[in-house]
Amino acid sequence: MFAPEIVLTAVLNGLLTGSVYALIALGLTLVYGVLHIINFAHGALLTAAMFAVLVVHLGLGIDPYVAILFLTPLFYALGYLLQRFVIGPASHGSDTNLLLVTLGLSIVIENALLAVFRSDTRSIDVPYAFSSIDIGFTLLSVPRVIAFAVALGVALVLGALLTLTDIGKSIRAVAKEKLGAALVGIDVNHVYAVTFGLGTACLAVAACLLMPTFYVTPRAGNAFVLVAFTIVVLGGMGSILGALLGGLIIGVVESLCGLCLGESLGQIGIFLIFILVLLLRPTGLFGAKA
Amino acid sequence: MLAVERVTKRFGGLVAVNEASLTAPQGRITGLIGPNGAGKTTLFAVIAGFEAPTAGRVLLDGADITAEPVHRRALRGIARTFQIVQPFAGLTVRENIAVGAHLRHRARRDALAKAEAVAWQVGLGDMLDRQADSLTVAGRKRLELGRALATMPRLLLLDEVLAGLNPSEIRDMIPVVRAICESGVTILMVEHVMQAVMSLCEHIYVLAEGLIIAEGPPDAVSRDPRVIEAYLGHGAATRSRSRETSHA
Amino acid sequence: MSARGLLPIAVVVGLLALIPLGVSANTVLNFLVFTLIIAIAAQGWNILGGYGGQFSFGHAAFFGTGAYATAMLQVHLGLNSWIAFAIGIGAGAAVGLVIGFLSFRSGLRGSYFALITLAFAEVLRIVANASAATGGAAGILIKLDVRPTNFQFHSRAAFFWIALAIVAVVLVVTRWLEHSRFGAQLIAVRENEDAARALGVDVLRVKLGAIILSAAVTASAGCLYAQYFLYLDSTIAYGVWISVEALLAPIVGGIGTVFGPLIGALALHGLGNLTSQMAGRIPGIDLVVYGALLVLAIAFAPKGLLGLVKRLRTRVTRRAIAGPG
Repeated sequence: MFAPEIVLTAVLNGLLTGSVYALIALGLTLVYGVLHIINFAHGALLTAAMFAVLVVHLGLGIDPYVAILFLTPLFYALGYLLQRFVIGPASHGSDTNLLLVTLGLSIVIENALLAVFRSDTRSIDVPYAFSSIDIGFTLLSVPRVIAFAVALGVALVLGALLTLTDIGKSIRAVAKEKLGAALVGIDVNHVYAVTFGLGTACLAVAACLLMPTFYVTPRAGNAFVLVAFTIVVLGGMGSILGALLGGLIIGVVESLCGLCLGESLGQIGIFLIFILVLLLRPTGLFGAKA
Repeated sequence: MLAVERVTKRFGGLVAVNEASLTAPQGRITGLIGPNGAGKTTLFAVIAGFEAPTAGRVLLDGADITAEPVHRRALRGIARTFQIVQPFAGLTVRENIAVGAHLRHRARRDALAKAEAVAWQVGLGDMLDRQADSLTVAGRKRLELGRALATMPRLLLLDEVLAGLNPSEIRDMIPVVRAICESGVTILMVEHVMQAVMSLCEHIYVLAEGLIIAEGPPDAVSRDPRVIEAYLGHGAATRSRSRETSHA
Repeated sequence: MSARGLLPIAVVVGLLALIPLGVSANTVLNFLVFTLIIAIAAQGWNILGGYGGQFSFGHAAFFGTGAYATAMLQVHLGLNSWIAFAIGIGAGAAVGLVIGFLSFRSGLRGSYFALITLAFAEVLRIVANASAATGGAAGILIKLDVRPTNFQFHSRAAFFWIALAIVAVVLVVTRWLEHSRFGAQLIAVRENEDAARALGVDVLRVKLGAIILSAAVTASAGCLYAQYFLYLDSTIAYGVWISVEALLAPIVGGIGTVFGPLIGALALHGLGNLTSQMAGRIPGIDLVVYGALLVLAIAFAPKGLLGLVKRLRTRVTRRAIAGPG
């Protein structure tokens, strides 16, 4: 049906896209694994990060890849403060409340962005936006290859952080057994906030990686986040490895679906997988038994 | 009335219940006791329908109900209480019991009337309009009992209904349980509180490490060396016997 | 159901019905019709979410199905509008049955249930956006042909009264729910599924009944929307906006109460309107207020406006009993 080079190209492109999906999903799965909440504000926060890249580029002329250096800590702080002072207190500990509070937050952020930036599609112009590498049978876009490398790098750094550092161990302790962690003196609220901050930091990096080749509208983050949900559920809530593998799988699925069904229905494959996973194996590939 | 035939329940490599068999004859109170971790809760869950056994059968009046879902068992006349009480927190005592009453009463008015009657039966008559989550532990236990009774069961499964009660509350609860049995309901009770088991149960099964190690009337079981060992450890039976003879 | 129980409903509906007799400005009536449509969608959500405790984030699936069904039956098959309206409600209920069956049979609850309803709504939106039958990205237009037999009226007041009639019916149905065996079982499932099951409640059947009823009500809001605005596209019909509106109104007004969704819808849209007028035509400002209200409601008034009123009343009564000093 399709020539092998076309399929292989689709797979490779799927992997490249998938790595950024994985990065977006990482934050979500981390937050779920530790706080046991599904952060419905994830998409809006991604959009905010993407607009931040836009503003920084248009206003200060800073290259997105350079912007990673200061937007990441900035968004870490934003995430920390949001969890510590808004989401945590407002939800009084109830799961359904958390759901609704993050939903409310997403509405506020998204529409605030709409009010400020209007609904036009915006993008940035960088000189390397269209550069590509020739790997013989096809061309791969340079920004996307960079994105792949950086995304994997971040995943490795995150994994190292969680295994090797003290805060990482605290995070894992709270994820496993909140009460026990509190009893040994871990400040659970602080850990929650740190986790949330790490999640938004990942979004900042993802935004910097996306902007060279992508556009942004106030609703852009939402499109990504539904994909991120699918990845998190597929890979298993709380599993970093699951988010990584899930992201790559979903990237490839979307690419192949787009190849076979055309652009407009490309996303449908993702949602159908989502629904199927939820119905058949809600714990995903690597998740703990619910 | 109730027959449990060689029920086994495995969780992965762990055998929680191993070929346990028991019967609960009609109109009597049967007890199921055993040390912690014996598998009582698991066996109870299988009988109540919340867990499916790996092997074995559960029969009610000869009918095989092993695969029947929980709500269907309730229709057949099996009701259960929960060890960790589960009130409908946002509802009043009356509304809580009414949910049980609705099993046999379609109209709201009838269900509420039945709920009121049952509340008096379990001693909650003057708390009908209190919020369920404002009750003490003893009150909540009575609420559990009331809800289950409102379904007009033939067989009542009590899961440590006296757990968490102080001695005077236990003393008050025992006649309530006895009265329920006297009204025609067969009872199977899992219990830790020995004084209640001894005074209420006519026949007792002892479960230890998943196996039924003894059964019989209360005083026979309490003197059975295997039962003493199960609770107090290896050699305890011989030690207590030698202490008895040395004091003689 | 006692006449006393129906009295508040009769009073509220009666008072609202008088509005078009005093007000004739099109903008006001427009606002009211739209708000009532939202209220109906919210009442649907409230049945499953408020009374049943199953929070759906994808009620757009039912709204859009009702809307598209009504539109497509008229545009493609020339069916009478009133009949199309009825079938649209049925179509919404059918979608509710399917989504409910798949989700509840798999035991999905809480966040997982919210996610899967979101996914279903998105799938429908993508399909509607790509399918020729629904007009694809261009949308579908119902032909303007103003005749009562065609469910189109010159006067907006007529639409208002029809919307109000639907609101009234659903208010009565909700009140019936509170006093029926089905309602008691549904509430029990919300409070504690295992305990309900042990008392003989067929949890799956009860949840299915709730989602079908909920979907039918929200679908009727969609049908009404289609008849009033005469234009739909995939974002209008299946967009996240209506899923959010349907859950926001009950939470703000009073979740799990008869009047909560109606009060919430009126309060939210009234406030939204006010904000738009004060802040000018900035897109999204009213939604910022909605989102903030949602967060504030959860933080300070989880039982909504009706809950606040109740708390105030108990405090006043307690003080009156305690006496001065």
